[in-house]
Amino acid sequence: MSVIELATGQGLTLSQVEIVHPAPGGVRHIIGPVSLSVPPGEVVTVMGPSGCGKSSLLAMICGTLDAALEGSGRVLLNGADVSDKPPETRHVGILFQDDLLFPHLSVAGNLAFGLPAAVKGRRARRARIEAALAEADMLAFYDRDPTTLSGGQRARIALLRTLLSEPRALLLDEPFAKLDVALRAKFRSFVFEHARAQALPTLLVTHDPQDAADAGGPRLQIDADGRVLGGRASGRGHRPGGTP
Amino acid sequence: MRRRGLLSVLPALTLTLFLAPVIAGLIGTWLPAFGYLPALGGDSFTLAPWAMLAAQPGLGESLRLTLLSGFLATFLAFALTVGFLAACHGGRLVRAVRGLMAPLIALPHAAVALGLAFLIAPSGWLVRLVSPWATGWQLPPDIATVQDPNALALTLGLVVKEMPFLLLMTLAALEQVRADERLAVARSLGYGPVTAWLKAVLPAVYRQIRLPLYAVLAYALSVVDVALILAPLTPPPLAVQVLRWFNDPDLSMRFVAAAGACLQLLVVVAGIGLWRLGEILAERLGRAWIAGGSRGGNGRLARPLAAGLVQGLVALAAASLLALALWSVTERWRFPDALPASLGLETWARQAPHAASVAGTTLATGLLAAAIALLLVLGCLENEQRRGLTLSNRALWLLYVPLLVPQVAFLFGTQVLAIQTGIDATWLALVWSHLLFVLPYVFLTLGDSYRALDERYARTALCLGAHPNRVFWQVKLPMLLRPVLFALAVGFAVSVAQYLPTLFAGGGRFVTLTTEAVGLAAGGDRRVIGVYAFLQALLPLIAFAAALAVPKPLALARKLTVQPA
Repeated sequence: MSVIELATGQGLTLSQVEIVHPAPGGVRHIIGPVSLSVPPGEVVTVMGPSGCGKSSLLAMICGTLDAALEGSGRVLLNGADVSDKPPETRHVGILFQDDLLFPHLSVAGNLAFGLPAAVKGRRARRARIEAALAEADMLAFYDRDPTTLSGGQRARIALLRTLLSEPRALLLDEPFAKLDVALRAKFRSFVFEHARAQALPTLLVTHDPQDAADAGGPRLQIDADGRVLGGRASGRGHRPGGTP
Repeated sequence: MRRRGLLSVLPALTLTLFLAPVIAGLIGTWLPAFGYLPALGGDSFTLAPWAMLAAQPGLGESLRLTLLSGFLATFLAFALTVGFLAACHGGRLVRAVRGLMAPLIALPHAAVALGLAFLIAPSGWLVRLVSPWATGWQLPPDIATVQDPNALALTLGLVVKEMPFLLLMTLAALEQVRADERLAVARSLGYGPVTAWLKAVLPAVYRQIRLPLYAVLAYALSVVDVALILAPLTPPPLAVQVLRWFNDPDLSMRFVAAAGACLQLLVVVAGIGLWRLGEILAERLGRAWIAGGSRGGNGRLARPLAAGLVQGLVALAAASLLALALWSVTERWRFPDALPASLGLETWARQAPHAASVAGTTLATGLLAAAIALLLVLGCLENEQRRGLTLSNRALWLLYVPLLVPQVAFLFGTQVLAIQTGIDATWLALVWSHLLFVLPYVFLTLGDSYRALDERYARTALCLGAHPNRVFWQVKLPMLLRPVLFALAVGFAVSVAQYLPTLFAGGGRFVTLTTEAVGLAAGGDRRVIGVYAFLQALLPLIAFAAALAVPKPLALARKLTVQPA
């Protein structure tokens, strides 16, 4: 059994999500409308050319959409509408291309930052962090300065930090892009295994067909104008024009 | 767009705090300039103050000195900055000089001016070093090297202080315009290093440093403390003359002073306008030159020349500081001895009680002003990020207002306002008046670093369930600790250097190291001046050293934290 506890439910649902950029010269379409549902434990891959709005879509889901952009539609987590909730109460974890470990905190400090305050007591918090590190075979790195770790080690710590925050969905914004080929495959399995083990609905943004193949789930193809083209599993993932 | 609490009113509060006194001060100066100041019997509008101003003896000469030193100093500082960077771009010397710029900027103008006077005066250290063996002088020569009729000493003092500021601003701008790539392209097209820089980099960089350059020009055209030390005094440059009129025991001279203060503002506005015209002209000629195809030489001559001049200026500033220190521990130093005959701490011991109290006032004012400015700036920047706003060019101009408007042109009006509201000569007035000048510098120092922090750190932290306030305190602030402390040090240094605001807002009750040192300059004992001016230079340097040293232990202490917020 995993040390990382997770709430399970019906997964992540997007309903007619669309993002536009209102500018003085007129409204520019960024992406959408996107409607899809990601069941717990499934990885849906979003693919498309650079600048088609994939990252904005993830930002909209986790509630950190750029203030200059305007989003519409609904984001539901386990049946609850979180569209108007602030990011810190949505429980949506996100991993970027860079690990973004806080350089002023140790490895344990970074993991403790993600651990909910509800886990009380120094000893209990330490136990959770140690168990998570042990599971990833990284217990020896507890007190280490994250800037001294290798790229692969940092990436794994970043994932552990996100999982320890007990998310209800996981967003992956090209987290494998900066790793070399061998490390990439290893880290990819590490992420997908954990996402499945925790029954996390997962949305993966990537350019790499191999990432999508390993993810195994449905694919959503976006064109350069941010319109949904469908894809291999569009019938299951994306339902054009309707709510899922 | 959520969470509109205290944070969202901070920008308006900040703007009010530092623009309202400037605007009120300008109004309070312009009204008396046209005869309206009921407290002194001026009940109707009249042009009499301007007529009296025009009739003042020496006004033309004051204007000549102001324009000559202001333009010459700004042009030389600019030319040296551009010449040095064009000739030495990317070299080790630029990196070395860059490291020295912060402490040079931290040195108060008055301290550098006093040290410079100790060096270049007819009885100064430089003459002593070469006398009598090279010059034959047994007595100080009768040559006006300080307070000279063309204000060249003032010009030199301004160049020594303003060049580091321009250099640092230009270095920051170089990163924004991707200078290395521009230079590489131009070099690959066959241009020599200096010509490539001037043709491919300067046009882009100039746009970025225009505002700082105008601030330098405005400052050089209206400086008071440096002019009191290095400029001729009969008649002095306009700003000093205006201050004299304000201090005249004859209260009716306040009207002339107010008109003079307005004239000072007009001089600065016209000066900036004239500089702008020069820019347009240079742009036209420059375009033709850039398109002309001349590739330029290999820069072998330019490099040592530019490097030598900049190193000379840095050495002059360092020697000035040394001269202050040396004089403060001198017991006897007869002309033309190269070094003091005896050294001791007698002057320090004698001045200790008074110096401690003056340094205390300086320290308290500086720390308070810098801390308040930092809080306001951090609040504004955090609000900007949370609401996804960006600073427009117009807002940047607002930020520069207190740096572009001559102090002497509005501080009188501010003083009148302070008297009317009953806060004249209080700590509140003193700290507030310093805040006007501290705040823009703190904003300019911290703004870029704050905005440059990868916003994905904050996004990641939010997605980990952290409240935006926790993200601010536990992620952003620790990651930005060094620039935050650096901005605090800059704010403190700016406050320590303030002369006119202390004079006007302090109402004679508050004496800082700067007012004391400048006050003593008129005819005081060099040993005593040395003590105060050296202390004045030392405080900002300590602040900068502390800003650079503190982050390490703090960072180490945080490394092992596993407790939640």
